[in-house]
Amino acid sequence: MNRRAAISLFGAAAIAPFAGFAQDAPLRIEITEGVMRPMPLAIRFETLGAGDHPDAEALTKEIEDVIAADLQGTGLFEIAKPQDAPHAGFDMTVDYIAWKATDIEALVIGQVAVGDGNVTVRFRLYDVFAGQPLGDGIQFDSPREGWRRASHKVADQIYTRITGESPYFDSRIAFIGESGPATARVKRVGVMDYDGADVKWLTATDDLVLSPRFSPDGRTVLYTSFASGVPQIMSLDVETVSATPLTNDPRAMSFAPRYSPDGTWIAFSRETAGNTDIWLMEVRNPSFAKPVTRGPSIDTAPSWSPDGQHLVFESDRSGSSQLYVMRADGSGPTRISFGEEGASYGEPTWSPRGDRIAFTRQTDTGSSIGIMRPDGSGEQLLSEPGKDAGPSWAPNGRVLIFTRLSGDDQVAQLHSVDITGRNMRPVALNDAASDPAWGPLLP
Amino acid sequence: MRLPLTLIAATLALSACNMPNDAAVVSAPVTDPYVNAAGGGAVYRGDVNAPGTRLPGVDSIAPGTDFAAAGTTVYFDESQAVLNDEGRATLTRQAQWLTQNAAYSAVVEGHADEPGTREFNLALGARRATSVQEYLVSKGVEAGRIRTVSFGKERPASICASEASCLARNRRAVTVVSQSQAGV
Repeated sequence: MNRRAAISLFGAAAIAPFAGFAQDAPLRIEITEGVMRPMPLAIRFETLGAGDHPDAEALTKEIEDVIAADLQGTGLFEIAKPQDAPHAGFDMTVDYIAWKATDIEALVIGQVAVGDGNVTVRFRLYDVFAGQPLGDGIQFDSPREGWRRASHKVADQIYTRITGESPYFDSRIAFIGESGPATARVKRVGVMDYDGADVKWLTATDDLVLSPRFSPDGRTVLYTSFASGVPQIMSLDVETVSATPLTNDPRAMSFAPRYSPDGTWIAFSRETAGNTDIWLMEVRNPSFAKPVTRGPSIDTAPSWSPDGQHLVFESDRSGSSQLYVMRADGSGPTRISFGEEGASYGEPTWSPRGDRIAFTRQTDTGSSIGIMRPDGSGEQLLSEPGKDAGPSWAPNGRVLIFTRLSGDDQVAQLHSVDITGRNMRPVALNDAASDPAWGPLLP
Repeated sequence: MRLPLTLIAATLALSACNMPNDAAVVSAPVTDPYVNAAGGGAVYRGDVNAPGTRLPGVDSIAPGTDFAAAGTTVYFDESQAVLNDEGRATLTRQAQWLTQNAAYSAVVEGHADEPGTREFNLALGARRATSVQEYLVSKGVEAGRIRTVSFGKERPASICASEASCLARNRRAVTVVSQSQAGV
C-alpha cells in the first residue's frame, strides 16, 4: 500500500465548503495535512459581576482554561502565555500593530458575565495578520452549572472558524468503567464530557456490561448485559437512567448493537447454536428482527454508513477476521481488508463523514488502530502495534477515541488520536475505562 | 471394540505428558500419596490390565465422585473451536458423570484469549461452548440439560502479557453443573 499517495489524494479530496470565509483566508488550518507547527493563539477573558459574586474571577479562569484545553488538545493550537502579549479588552479596539510584533496569529477576546444562577460567555475572534475580526462575536447564556458546556461551545466556534471542520468539543462519550483484577473485572456503563469531565454512572456494578452505543440523538445508550445469564441488548434512557431489554431469548446471545443513522433500525449480532449472524431489528418494534447474513461464519460488529445504505462488519468467512461491506439488506457482501499475511481486522466503524472506516488491526506483534476508505484503499495505521482497540469517531469524523491496555493487569485507558495519527493523547479520566462510544454534538 | 482402547491409550499418554510439573514429579522422591494420606486414603487394588477395569479419574468416573474429578475444563487452539484428543477424553468423563447424576444440568461457559475484538471473541466463545455441548450430546447427555453461554474475553483464567502458554489457558470451555435447573 502506498501511504504517501493515499495521503496526498486525501488532501485533495478534503477541500470542504468553507462557509463565510474566502478560500485563501490567511488564518486557516488544514487538518488533513497533519499540522507540524501549532498556531499560536492568545485567549483573554475579563469578568463582569465580580462585585456581587466573589467567585466570578475564579469561574472566568476556569472557563478560559477549558477553552484553552479544548483548542490545545487538538494539537493545532499553541496557547500563548498571558505575559508576552499586549493589553486587550472586550470593548477596546484591537491594537493590531502591537499584536503583530508578537508571534501570536489568532486572538480570542472575551467576557464572562456572572449573574445569580447564570453565566454569560461572549467572545470575538481576531486574525492578527489580516488585521480584522474572523466572524462575528457570539454570546452563550447558560445556567451557572452549565459553564463547561458554554466554554466548549466557544471553543467549538473558534475551532470551526479556523479549521473549516465541524465542531466536536460539546459532546459526550459513553464508556465502560473498569475496576478490579482482570480475571474478575467489574464493569459499568458511564457517560462523560468528551474531555473526561462530569462522569455519570448509568448502571450498577453487579452485572457484567459491554460496548455502549449512543443513539443518533444522544438520548439513548444501547449496551450488552449479562444480567439474565445470557448476553442481551439493553436500551437505556440517559435522562431517566432506566434500562429495558430489547432482546430476551435465553437460547440466543444478542450483542454488538448499533443504531442506523436515522435511528429507526438497530443492527446487531445474534448467536444461536454457536453460529453468529448479523440481524436487524426495528427500534419501534424490537420483537421484529430479521437476519441479513447467513452461514456458519462469525459475522459481527456491524456499523452503518452515514446514508444508512450499507453496513461494514467483521467476519471470519475467509478463515480469519476481515472487514466486509454489504448493502443494508444483506446483499452484495464484499471484502475490503487485505493486509499482510496473518493480519486480521475487526471492530469497523464508519466515519460520520462517510469518507473513512476505522478499525482494529491485529498481528503477531499486537493490535493497533487504523483507517481506510470504504473500498479498502488508503489503509493507514494511526497507532503502533500494542494493545489498542475499539475506535469510535468524534461527531466531525476528524478525531477517534479508543481503548489502550497497558501494564501487568491490563489496565484500560482511553486515548484520542486525530486522523493524521500525529496528535495522540490520553483522555483525562480518573477511572480505568474501555469501549468508548462518542455521542453526537449537543444542540 | 478396538477404537475405545486406542483412545484410552492415547488419553493416558497425553495426560501424562501434560502434567503441569512433569520435571518436579520425576525428580522428587517416590512417595505413594494413598499410603501417606490421612486415614489411610483411598487405595486402588484393581488390575489395570484386566479387561473392563479402568483407573479412577482417568477415563472413567466412579459413581458418587465429585464432578471436578471428571475435569471441568477443555482447551482450544487459537481462533478454533475444534476439540483435541485430551478435550474429548475430558468430555467423555463429563458425559459419564452427567449420565450418572441425572438430577444435574450443566452450563458450558465458552471463553477466548485476549487477542481479537470483544465482539468476535464473544462469538468465538459461543462456538466453543456449542462444540462442547454437541460432544456431550453425542455421548448420550440429553440436549435439554446443557445450556451454553459465552464470556468472550471478559473472564480470563490467567492475566497474560502476551506469553503463548498463558494465553492458551484462557482459550477454554468450562462446564459448570448444578442441581434442579434441568430443562433450561
